[in-house]
Amino acid sequence: MDFAFYSEVIWRLLGGLPMTLNIAFVSVAVGGLFAVGLALMQESGVAPLVWISRAYVFVFRGTPLLVQMFLIFYGLSQFPEIRASWAWTYLRQPYFCAVLALAMNTAAYTAEILRGGLQSVPFGQIEAARACGMSRVTLYRRVVLPIAVRQALPAYGTELILMVRATALASIITIMEITGIAQKINSETFRAIEVFVCAGVIYLAINFLLSRVVMALEHWLTPHLRAMPHEQLLAKVGDKL
Amino acid sequence: MSAFELLGFGEKGWGALLLQATAMTLAVTLTAFFFGGVFGAVVARGKLSDSMVARVAGDVYTTVLRGVPDLLVIYLLYFGGSQLLSSLYRLVTGETGFIGINAFLTGAMAVGVVSGAYQAEVFRGAYLAIPRGEIEAARSVGMSGWTLFHRIVLPQVLRFAIPGLGNVWQLALKESALISVTGLVELLRQSQVASGSTRQPFVFYSAAAVLYLVLTSVSTWTFNKAESTAMRGVRRA
Amino acid sequence: MAEGSAAVPAVSVRDLRKSFGALEVLKGVSFDAHDGDVISILGASGSGKSTLLRCINMLETPSAGDVVVAGETIKLRQRRDGRVEPADHRQIDRIRSGLSMVFQGFNLWSHMTVLQNVMEAPVHVQKRPKAEVRDEAMALLAKVGIADRAGYYPSHLSGGQQQRAAIARALAMKPKVMLFDEPTSALDPELVGEVLRVMRAIAEEGRTMLVVTHEMGFARDVSNRVLFLHQGQIEADGPPQELFGASKSERFRQFIARHAQG
Repeated sequence: MDFAFYSEVIWRLLGGLPMTLNIAFVSVAVGGLFAVGLALMQESGVAPLVWISRAYVFVFRGTPLLVQMFLIFYGLSQFPEIRASWAWTYLRQPYFCAVLALAMNTAAYTAEILRGGLQSVPFGQIEAARACGMSRVTLYRRVVLPIAVRQALPAYGTELILMVRATALASIITIMEITGIAQKINSETFRAIEVFVCAGVIYLAINFLLSRVVMALEHWLTPHLRAMPHEQLLAKVGDKL
Repeated sequence: MSAFELLGFGEKGWGALLLQATAMTLAVTLTAFFFGGVFGAVVARGKLSDSMVARVAGDVYTTVLRGVPDLLVIYLLYFGGSQLLSSLYRLVTGETGFIGINAFLTGAMAVGVVSGAYQAEVFRGAYLAIPRGEIEAARSVGMSGWTLFHRIVLPQVLRFAIPGLGNVWQLALKESALISVTGLVELLRQSQVASGSTRQPFVFYSAAAVLYLVLTSVSTWTFNKAESTAMRGVRRA
Repeated sequence: MAEGSAAVPAVSVRDLRKSFGALEVLKGVSFDAHDGDVISILGASGSGKSTLLRCINMLETPSAGDVVVAGETIKLRQRRDGRVEPADHRQIDRIRSGLSMVFQGFNLWSHMTVLQNVMEAPVHVQKRPKAEVRDEAMALLAKVGIADRAGYYPSHLSGGQQQRAAIARALAMKPKVMLFDEPTSALDPELVGEVLRVMRAIAEEGRTMLVVTHEMGFARDVSNRVLFLHQGQIEADGPPQELFGASKSERFRQFIARHAQG
């Protein structure tokens, strides 16, 4: 085996790691905010808001991410009005378009996951909060969202991994993240198998770590779903309040 | 030219080509889904096996293919495939040359390999959902091996797998758009070509989005229909 | 406010009606509860007793009639389609924080420990200082006999312990009136006693309590007044000695005869 080649490839590919992580992180953060908005719109019961939110989820879940990315990056440039506007400063940048497409896409899936979480909150616990005189905002902040988020976490973990995989599409609109660099090395060396396998290993490592983090988070957030721990530990939980 | 004319079926309209490309998307996804079914069944069998090696192999397959970008799998099969063929060609003939490979088959294979990982999980879950008592009942009347499998297990697995398979099919349908990078003229590639030659990308990518929405909606409807048919007699009588 | 003044009832219900679609569950119920009253509300299932309790803190919105808490009428308004809805959510939130409720199904918040459950409303609704609330909460947990379970999550407790925690949570609000909605109905028979003992102790402190229950012993021995609901109306009303001795209501006599063995 040609170890020198492998180590060089890995080294060059790792140069794209910050960009991959950057895209994943920013789009997940922005998409998460959108998703909360969408889920709250659906829960609001106000007909036009519910309708808009449903339509959004339907369209973004029903079409390929790459089509969404092309629509934003190439499609919007068709209009002279947009090219003349302030928005063009952003819409001409591949990075901005990739992040926007990924964020809008994950928002649709995340909103559905959140909605599932919200619907899983036992009604009795909501009533108990109402009976204490909690306002709607406090009720959401202290009872509904914490329970919903915990319930939604496993599905959200899967979505995060899908997002890391999806960042590879940014390379198609010229961004030099891991897959973009892999494609470049491939075109220089024609050693596709070695190059793409190395890239695959890096993605696997990221997703392995990510799944561990999600699992740890789940463990930490849901002591009430676990078997009963030791008394001493419980005493500590009480003290930390 | 108006968007209406561009997308129409007139002399300068792209309507017919877009529909043809939609058919190609459907064809490549169907092929991929079929490959995925075969891989998925084999891998699920491995994951449910008594053999430690088979279980580990099954787990590695599903973990790797669900953890690596689908685009990378397409690149690996497409470029890696021609790399292999080219070196084979060099070995046999002694001459250097680049051999391109069939974009349809590689694309379907790539999406199929990934789909197989998801289908394996669906099949596994569906198998585990079969009430143990029904298998014991079959054994008690003397069924075993193939008879037990194709009379009792398979029909149940398929029926429990329908909702999960519906999701995996949608995934494959959307993933098929990535095959456009190999040059296969499916729906997204055709829209790219049309956008380039008319300089109306918004019109064509929107048209593509609508056509994909039609495909995914019809799929949802079909799978729901199939589920309600298959589930007749199960749960709520 | 009107504390101590016998003239203003703690809770006053006036001609309360509630329908679910075509089904009229409450057909005009009126009564006053004064400070220190412990009122048991009895009735067969479907008699409307739980709905009555849930209308008092507006978990159900009455179709007609008034609920007056410490002299303050809860504002309702009629929508265009004829349905009634609360007019002022702030008012309801404020009134609710003085009317705490104990549910049949406990309804403890599953993601919080017992102590966090008890501290939640005083800290986040009444905005009282955490340290002070914490001491009070611990004292309340000691009072209901589960101080050693303060750090446990509800799912790790027995039903009886959960209900006692829920009672501590209700007490932590320093409520003027406590509402109990069949607090022992979801419990295994051997766990009923521990909850009733706690409720009796609270009653003896002179708290105002409205208790929907099937426990005849509690109604007879602990409460100072019994309301018997039949098909959405008050069928019998009076001190337990009087009613349990020789009620004029034939239906009430039948009702206690049926429950006597239980």
